[in-house]
Amino acid sequence: MDLISILRIAMRALSRNKMRSALTMLGIIIGVGAVIAMVGVGQGASKQVQDQISAMGSNMLFVSSGTVNRGGLRLGWGQTKTLVYDDMKAIVQQAPAVKEAAPGSATTAQVVFGSDNWFTNVQGTEPQYFDIRSWPMQEGVSFTESDVTSAADVAVIGASVRQNLFGAEDPIGQTVRISKLPFKVVGVLSAKGQSAAMGQDQDDVIFVPITTLQKKLTGEPWLRYIVVSAVSKDATYAAQQEITGLLRDRHRIRQGQDDDFMVRNLADVAQLADQSSRVMTMLLASIAGVSLIVGGIGIMNIMLVSVTERTREIGVRMAIGATEEDVQRQFLIEAVVLSLMGGAAGILFGVGSSLIISKLLGWAVLVSPLAIVAAVIFSAGVGVFFGFYPARKAARLDPIEALRFE
Amino acid sequence: MATVTKNGAITRTKLAELQGLTLEQPVIRVEDVHKYYDLGENKVHALRGVSVEIAGGEFVAIMGASGSGKSTFMNLLGCLDKPSSGRYLLEGTDVSQLDKKALAAIRNRKLGFVFQGFNLLSRTTALENVELPTLYARLPKEERLQRAKESLQLVGLGDRMEHFPSQLSGGQQQRVAIARALVNRPSILLADEPTGNLDSRTSVEIMQIFQTLNEGGLTLVLVTHEPDIARFAKRTIVFRDGKIRRDEPVKDRPRAAEMLKTLPTVED
Ligand SMILES: Nc1ncnc2c1ncn2[C@@H]1O[C@H](COP(=O)(O)OP(=O)(O)OP(=O)(O)O)[C@@H](O)[C@H]1O
Ligand SMILES: [Mg+2]
Repeated sequence: MDLISILRIAMRALSRNKMRSALTMLGIIIGVGAVIAMVGVGQGASKQVQDQISAMGSNMLFVSSGTVNRGGLRLGWGQTKTLVYDDMKAIVQQAPAVKEAAPGSATTAQVVFGSDNWFTNVQGTEPQYFDIRSWPMQEGVSFTESDVTSAADVAVIGASVRQNLFGAEDPIGQTVRISKLPFKVVGVLSAKGQSAAMGQDQDDVIFVPITTLQKKLTGEPWLRYIVVSAVSKDATYAAQQEITGLLRDRHRIRQGQDDDFMVRNLADVAQLADQSSRVMTMLLASIAGVSLIVGGIGIMNIMLVSVTERTREIGVRMAIGATEEDVQRQFLIEAVVLSLMGGAAGILFGVGSSLIISKLLGWAVLVSPLAIVAAVIFSAGVGVFFGFYPARKAARLDPIEALRFE
Repeated sequence: MATVTKNGAITRTKLAELQGLTLEQPVIRVEDVHKYYDLGENKVHALRGVSVEIAGGEFVAIMGASGSGKSTFMNLLGCLDKPSSGRYLLEGTDVSQLDKKALAAIRNRKLGFVFQGFNLLSRTTALENVELPTLYARLPKEERLQRAKESLQLVGLGDRMEHFPSQLSGGQQQRVAIARALVNRPSILLADEPTGNLDSRTSVEIMQIFQTLNEGGLTLVLVTHEPDIARFAKRTIVFRDGKIRRDEPVKDRPRAAEMLKTLPTVED
């Protein structure tokens, strides 16, 4: 029997119970739709991360103070007190692959303006920090080298801090109190959004000169981190090597001993973020895949019902010359048509919900053609797999008994 | 294939000759056939040694009490079932040696089956019902349609092709079923109580079609309970308890076409 005839018969059989066919397809529709939407969300997130990371400057490196082993206990990163201002100077002067570097230390503090107050992250650094991170001012200017030298009470505020403390007011020239000390606001940074790797609000921050932070706010003479820019993107690895060698020397770390600092380049961070978003994509997709299997079981169930209902028809077909293969093929194709139609509707559903999710999350949800092709193949596969047993059952019927079936 | 003139009479183009058979050669030869049904504890012995020969062009009516094994015998003839012992030769081929696929092909091309309950596919037009066996014969589309139309015209339903079974009377449905059985131009037509669900006038109409087909060279075997129907055949075989009790030619065979003229129509 030719395929067109089989398809026509299948369509007729399915349209005989429209409601039932539609409900059966629902499982596949949801399964395929969920796979497409979830993969789309995952890939969108991954692209978001990559975009943010490359926006940060792909030749950036990040040196942070390391862990301390205290009685065998490994404390978190940023605990050692060995990273100092002179390390930063040495990196700039002695590592040829390094273009610029800026020191960094941090604390958290209550910031007050008028009657408003805000608990935020206060970072101490030098003006080149904003260059390295390619983070321009939205308003005003950065503090200057001489502000650093004189440990001036000036601050540059992040977009979120501005929002929370000043609202619509112009912050430039205003005085805020950080841990009760008055600071003059000289600049407002442009908004950067959530950080890709950590998901924190990068704009919820106040920058002050490193010297001011160390002398007046924390009293810590050491650094928490150094941000570094390499001379080019390709030089980041060399820069990483040079910095590591240099700091090990300066900190007198003997061979075989662990570093008391950590150097990461953004490629590492990007890879890490990519990995985690890939894991998330897989997880979401496999949860969605489960519903595809549930949908397949629904198809199997309905096909079994259909075979029983149409036992007499099967008997007639066999009596007039249908072979076992003919009958089997007919029911198999019926199952595949059912699942493929579900798959097609599922693609529409998946693309539609991707668009909605993308609106809600505010990031691009990528509908990959690969996911669609995979969905089609998978749903056809589900049809074949779960249609096989019912079709086999139909083909194995004894024609006489089938004809006698009431 | 026999062709039809306007008034429904079949011009003899010697179907049998076309198929390379002489009328007298047995197309069906059954040798000492037994059939048991194994129902766990008790065994039903449905056929107990049946031997019979049916020649090409014969028209046989099988009679017998309920449970005497008529349907069992017909299922064997129709290659829907195999004998427990004994041999069945169809046109000289031992059918019990064939595999399922070959049997399906025989059912499709050599045999036509007509059932008591019509067994048409619902929500499928008369034409599509008739076309069905040609689909399994894998004929090209134009030929399928051509044959199905011819076949429906042959049973006088040329004007009902697009009707669904639910829109047809019992007699019309049975004629569609006959058209379906004929569409692949079989040499043998088997009918198990084809008039069992029909009133007497409609039954005679069906018998008229059978007589005409038989005159065209088709071999016919039908099962019936009614002696009035069996009279239209050329030969009757009576079953009792799984054996053939009587096997005799029909004397004074009436012509269904003539009888129809004398029968009153039920309408008034
Ligand atoms: N599938 C089966 N399983 C078990 N026994 C069966 C089966 N088919 C038929 N029989 C038995 O075989 C015997 C013959 O049955 P069969 O159907 O051939 O009778 P029949 O002559 O056609 O009767 P009727 O005139 O009522 O149709 C009966 O005793 C019946 O119960
Ligand atoms: Mg019977």
